[in-house]
Amino acid sequence: MRYLPLSADDRRQMLETIGARSIDDLYADVPKTVLNAAFDLPAHKGELEVERMMGAMAAKNRAAGAGPFFVGCGAYKHHTPASVDHIIQRSEFLTSYTPYQPEIAQGTLQYLFEFQSQVAALTGMDVANASMYDGSTACAEAALMARRVTKRGKVVLSGALHPHYAAVTRTNVELLGERVVQMPIDTQASEDLAAAIDGDTSCVIVQTPDVFGNLRDLTGLAQECRAKGVLLVAVVTEIMSLGAVKSPGEMGADIVVGEGQSIGNGLNFGGPYVGLFATREKLLRQTPGRYCGQTVDADGKRGFVLTLSTREQHIRRDKATSNICTNSGLCALAFTIHMTLLGEAGLRRVAALNHEAACRTADALSKIPGVQLLTSSFFNEFALRLPKNATKVVEKLAADDILAGVPGERLWPHDSEAHDILIVAATECVSDEDIAAYAKSLSKALA
Amino acid sequence: MTMNSQGRQTKGDGASVDVETFTGNRALQIEESLIFEKDAFAATGVDFPEPKGGADRLGAMKREAPFNLPGLSEPEAMRHYVRLSQKNYAIDMGPFPLGSCTMKHNARLNEKMARLPGFGDVHPLQPQSTVQGALELIDTLANWLMELTGMPAVAMSPKAGAHGELCGMMAIKAALDARGESHRKRVLAPESAHGTNPATAAQCGFVVDAIPADDTGRVDLEAFRARLGPDVAGIMVTNPNTCGLFERDIKAIADAVHEVGGYFYCDGANFNAIAGKVRPGDLGVDAMHINLHKTFSTPHGGGGPGSGPVVLSAALAPFAPVPYVVREGEKFHLVETRRAAKAEGEGEAGGRITAFQGQMGMFVRALAYMLSHGGDGIRQASEDAVLNANYVLARLSKEMSPAFPGYCMHEALFDDAFLKGTGVETLDFAKAMIDEGYHPMTMYFPLVVHGAMLIEPTESESRQELDLFCDALLDLAKKARAGEAARFKASPMLSPRRRLDETAAARKPILRWAREAQ
Amino acid sequence: MTTKYTKDHEWVRFDDSGATIGVSAHAAEQLGDVVFVELPEIGKTFNKGDDMAVVESVKAASDVYAPISGEVIEINQAVVDDPAQVNADPEAGAWFVKLKPTNPADADGLMDAAAYKAFLATI
Repeated sequence: MRYLPLSADDRRQMLETIGARSIDDLYADVPKTVLNAAFDLPAHKGELEVERMMGAMAAKNRAAGAGPFFVGCGAYKHHTPASVDHIIQRSEFLTSYTPYQPEIAQGTLQYLFEFQSQVAALTGMDVANASMYDGSTACAEAALMARRVTKRGKVVLSGALHPHYAAVTRTNVELLGERVVQMPIDTQASEDLAAAIDGDTSCVIVQTPDVFGNLRDLTGLAQECRAKGVLLVAVVTEIMSLGAVKSPGEMGADIVVGEGQSIGNGLNFGGPYVGLFATREKLLRQTPGRYCGQTVDADGKRGFVLTLSTREQHIRRDKATSNICTNSGLCALAFTIHMTLLGEAGLRRVAALNHEAACRTADALSKIPGVQLLTSSFFNEFALRLPKNATKVVEKLAADDILAGVPGERLWPHDSEAHDILIVAATECVSDEDIAAYAKSLSKALA
Repeated sequence: MTMNSQGRQTKGDGASVDVETFTGNRALQIEESLIFEKDAFAATGVDFPEPKGGADRLGAMKREAPFNLPGLSEPEAMRHYVRLSQKNYAIDMGPFPLGSCTMKHNARLNEKMARLPGFGDVHPLQPQSTVQGALELIDTLANWLMELTGMPAVAMSPKAGAHGELCGMMAIKAALDARGESHRKRVLAPESAHGTNPATAAQCGFVVDAIPADDTGRVDLEAFRARLGPDVAGIMVTNPNTCGLFERDIKAIADAVHEVGGYFYCDGANFNAIAGKVRPGDLGVDAMHINLHKTFSTPHGGGGPGSGPVVLSAALAPFAPVPYVVREGEKFHLVETRRAAKAEGEGEAGGRITAFQGQMGMFVRALAYMLSHGGDGIRQASEDAVLNANYVLARLSKEMSPAFPGYCMHEALFDDAFLKGTGVETLDFAKAMIDEGYHPMTMYFPLVVHGAMLIEPTESESRQELDLFCDALLDLAKKARAGEAARFKASPMLSPRRRLDETAAARKPILRWAREAQ
Repeated sequence: MTTKYTKDHEWVRFDDSGATIGVSAHAAEQLGDVVFVELPEIGKTFNKGDDMAVVESVKAASDVYAPISGEVIEINQAVVDDPAQVNADPEAGAWFVKLKPTNPADADGLMDAAAYKAFLATI
């Protein structure tokens, strides 16, 4: 067994040192009736065999990069520089633990400090934590935090918040016996969220760009929330958008949560991703998750440590702000490396390319008879209303090897009003040929 | 002086002198500034074509404000991160004996598999017909987990161990609600529990009642029985427990909690002692999370991402969260909503706990581990992990004080009795280990042991590596008792940074770079 | 003016204006360097034994319980701004809150300095 260094001889001699006759002596506390159960599992295998078996499974999947690809809704296909994956596979990053011993973890701590700084700058907020599991759990944590801050529990969810984010938030909020007000589906960014606020409301959660791609100006809503003592939680599922559009911080959000997958991280069929969580300084003590802070060592040299940990579960136990005890370290590293390579100049450029690709795609598709563009102001994603059930159209196009987007039925299966909606994302990875092939195939499918 | 023909010295001489270097660097240890201090706010390290211009549907939402984010060229970026990496300790460098963390070897085959485009480059919302292999992988891993635990169901989506706990406790709450017994609010948990247990229970609206440990480091059975009652929702027990011991009375505990109508949540953090040896299902467990990043070796990555699937008993299975994978013959599909679950005759199901299907990248790595090890290798790994811990326990007991008598499971627990009167505390002892080239063990946990030191060597250590590790610790213990407290208080002295001022960091938090703060 | 103590290491000093409350020197020492203090709002009322304030060091977070029932009439903003004062002067300058007592009988169960000292010897 290639991963186990002990030899039979080692094992025998070690048992001797211990003073045990057999390995099962060491398991003496385990009831005899349950020890050494029989398992119906295959024997160990060499690398070659494992590669064959897993390769066969992988080959059954259509990779995003293998052809025209327009799927978004919370996870996006972007190009990641080769150096990102190289660096995150360095042993010192890949095989290290949470930096509880700062003297020998300054590498991890410094990149977390840089990550926090980048996220705060991108979102336009005062502080950001060292990351959460993903955007959806960060969203739920924001609702729980708003409950702690306002001492009220009711949550208002926008009708254009990603339905999975809404579901995760509902699960967590309802666990504590609090209510959720879910606004009806809103494809036109025309809902009146402020009107849904009442005396029990803790926060309003709204996404921008929203799930249909609409860019939302939150300025007015932020003012109304502030006047009513309610927190405004802004959700950004496409963090790349902040290279082109106003940040939620500029618009007055109190908490910004986001999915950072687009920067540095692959699609991975849904995870691992990297949740972003940023807020205003005055709310810091009520935030969930981990922080890295700057300090000095015994020689007066600058260094970094995990800090404010008294909010966390290992100290506060049942009074912790969250039960979370990891961040998404390696994904945060991928994010910060990619962001460092991009810089402001690179981010603005790639964001512009995303926007152009989406505009070209929208132009090409909305020319097709029967296709209606629902989103007028967008970044790299928009919604179409089709003359047919969008699920069937997506399946037809998949047969042409074009992954056309997310049909409304996938996200709102029990709301037939959404079933002719198709949500289309176009990033810098989309070529003019991809767009032409898409338009051709869609015309055929609708004809 | 020995000189060669070019006049260069070919061997060193002279005693070492402590030098201050101009750069602050120490040979291979290079000081590295923040990315924000490199004056690169206008630069970029990526090349993309010029946008064509013209297209603009951003309207008034266009971002004008600068972000002040620096960009580094690729060579600068490589140096930055490689230099940072060299300030980290890692499993690939040496023993990482953090108790309850299971820092085992991370096989690179697993990394390679996770990067196959068919796994790493597929989208969670692609048509399911285009991701059949990905669904098959999740289903295959689920079957391995059910077989290894002897449990009939598993929820795959939890993103980490603590998230798995939340998922399991939610299932317990939902099962109680379905029985019309929502009044059951009390959850029993040993004093020695991980902090996540009470935090999770609180997040579900439960109230935690701590049970004391007996003098052998296990749940005090009498105290436990005395706390049982009709308001008990369940018990959360780590087994093997956080003292590194198997709970001998685990079946009696499970039976007792079931008898009063409660459920048994098992914290599976220490599964690496018994995987392939014991099925938790045989112990009466109703729910247990499995840290794929511990037992099944997905990399810890400096603090995540983790992955925490939860196996469930028949009683809790109907409350597993959506989405989940269903196999029909050779085809697979996802059940994505609670209504869809009901339509398939699977009951209400639990609410969604994350946006997508869970940590697919970790699933691939864990399955690669499992296929590589096989049933025989997983069992051998557990046995070796337990053997290595007992070897460390036996060897270190000569100079250090074990917290409890007898054998341990996969981690050896010491208290600070052997340091009494030396002026050296557990923290100092651990920091001195850093200078010896080791990552310290888990300290001051579990809370029930004074000055606890919890050592988990895992199966990845060779005997030779363990011997050197034990020799080093024995030497430190002798030095502590020989009155060398000053050296311990000053340690670490050889690491990239010495002890850091955590008080200053917490009093005036500096959590981001800002021009004026520097 | 005598100082009374609780088993949870709060101290109370009564005078005409009300009851001044803080944490004992023993508690401050046990906590280590205090980094954060959270105090209640003026006007808030507590029953004896309620969580009233929070005091944190780097490694520990402790609730401060109301040693008596009462209404908050004054708080010491100086300890919030500079938590190090809790270590420097725990039983005088670093007081936490001043309460207007609502139940005079609450004071009966408290220890005097000698009794508290004897209590500390037992733990």
